[in-house]
Amino acid sequence: MDKGRFKSGKGLEFGLYTLGDHLPHPETGDRISAKQRIQEIIEVAKLAEQAGIDFISVGESHQDYFATQAHTVVLGAIAQATEKIKIGSSSTIISTLDPVRVYEDFSTIDLISEGRTEIIAGRASRVGLYDLLGYDLHDYEELYEEKFELLRRINEEEVVNWSGNFRKSLKDAKVLPRPLEGKLPIWRAVGGTPASAMKAGYAGVPMFLAHLGGAASHFKGTIDAYRETAKANGHDPDSLPIATAGFFYTAETTQQAQREYYPHINEGMKLTNGRGFPKQQFAQSADIRSVVNVGSPQQIIEKILYQHELFGHQRYIGQMDFGGVTMAQLRNNIELIGTEILPAIRKYTSKGS
Amino acid sequence: MNVVVLSGSTVGSKTRTAMNQVMEKLDKHTVDATLIDLADYTIQWSDGRHYLDYAGDTKYVTQTIMDADVLLIGTPVFQASIPGTLKNVFDLLPERAFEHKTVSVVMTAGSSKHYMIVDQQLKPILNYMKAHITQSFVFIEEKDFLNKQIINDDIHFRLQDLVDDTLLLSETLKQLREQKEAEFDF
Repeated sequence: MDKGRFKSGKGLEFGLYTLGDHLPHPETGDRISAKQRIQEIIEVAKLAEQAGIDFISVGESHQDYFATQAHTVVLGAIAQATEKIKIGSSSTIISTLDPVRVYEDFSTIDLISEGRTEIIAGRASRVGLYDLLGYDLHDYEELYEEKFELLRRINEEEVVNWSGNFRKSLKDAKVLPRPLEGKLPIWRAVGGTPASAMKAGYAGVPMFLAHLGGAASHFKGTIDAYRETAKANGHDPDSLPIATAGFFYTAETTQQAQREYYPHINEGMKLTNGRGFPKQQFAQSADIRSVVNVGSPQQIIEKILYQHELFGHQRYIGQMDFGGVTMAQLRNNIELIGTEILPAIRKYTSKGS
Repeated sequence: MNVVVLSGSTVGSKTRTAMNQVMEKLDKHTVDATLIDLADYTIQWSDGRHYLDYAGDTKYVTQTIMDADVLLIGTPVFQASIPGTLKNVFDLLPERAFEHKTVSVVMTAGSSKHYMIVDQQLKPILNYMKAHITQSFVFIEEKDFLNKQIINDDIHFRLQDLVDDTLLLSETLKQLREQKEAEFDF
């Protein structure tokens, strides 16, 4: 793995992510303040580190019911509040930002965190931010490709000469400060479709794959398409890390986990996506073949190991805070992750190198 | 129950006349009914964005349809198919927009020769978008109208039956779904 910071033999990394949603509690309808939400995200990062969790990331969404539009600022606070845990974005919407400023921000966070920072760059599924930040939605595809490529160039080259369509040319430009180890891991955020994964494969870029629901074997097809495309284009698939991201929630029993999390997912999706989460599909989380990691710690362990066997991925990150989940619930999740889930995953996925 | 009656054309009067009748036939039921006549709104062409990201009339019309339990669609036949205005409404909505919704169709046409357009062109779209479709539809020809009134008594009976059947189907499916979801115990 030369394109990430994965140590061989250490096994599957386990992380947490938030989209930075700021939604009311589904039963009471009460919503905490944006101040409290942001501070709780930073608190969760600290607790995650104490529990031994490998990675934490914060997303960027510019729309109602979100609080971390300035996600790099929140990541800076997390960098300062923690010491060991890796930090990233989930994701940074590179299409509507200037890659130069993004790189300056993330390399600064990397220096604050002493080399723990990564960028996951996506292009947003909701598009209100194009108007807000002054871009034309018709350029959706080209904006992402051009800006992602520039971001990579800045990472690879200390002096950049570049020209494109969506910002002024760069001539002998130095983008400073440089990150601690000279470069940052940069991932391409991919939705569920093989076509999107193949684009990451063409470029030979590490892939962060989101999966909301469905059979794990379905996503195996997407991952295979990524690796095959990478290989066909002269990249070594074994050098390209893969991470997966999806809903996560654990409680003492699987039924309790489903009961506690479902209203948050369902009501939260209604507000942010216009439709709830089908109950039938959520109920499938009790089956090891479903990719939704909601259940008892033992159930989650079995599912993550099953997914690891299918995908051969290097990192899984779970979203446990969607839709107004309370801090008490989040603490309980982190406790169960630290005491039961992490030891088992490490035991079964790490090998002597 | 939230019912939306959609008059899917910006041209002519027959479809709107028929959908006014549908609104009247809904009166005997206790439902919230909203009539949307596409001729009254300025709706932009679908550009692929999520429906929540539109504004103005486009947002209003898509949001109102998404919030409905029942959708009664009225459409004329243009060039042997549905009008582009109606197809655009479908294109503005998400892929599974009609999941758990009951959808029924009233079609108006200048000639009986277009009778199969509902089955061959409209229903495949509604199926793809996961609608529960009321199998019967009402097909109304030019000769059934006079001075913006429906003068064929049979059409009045059939519109009333369509409305009653649609609401019954919606209510029944809702009960079955609730029964099924109660089994999940979460």
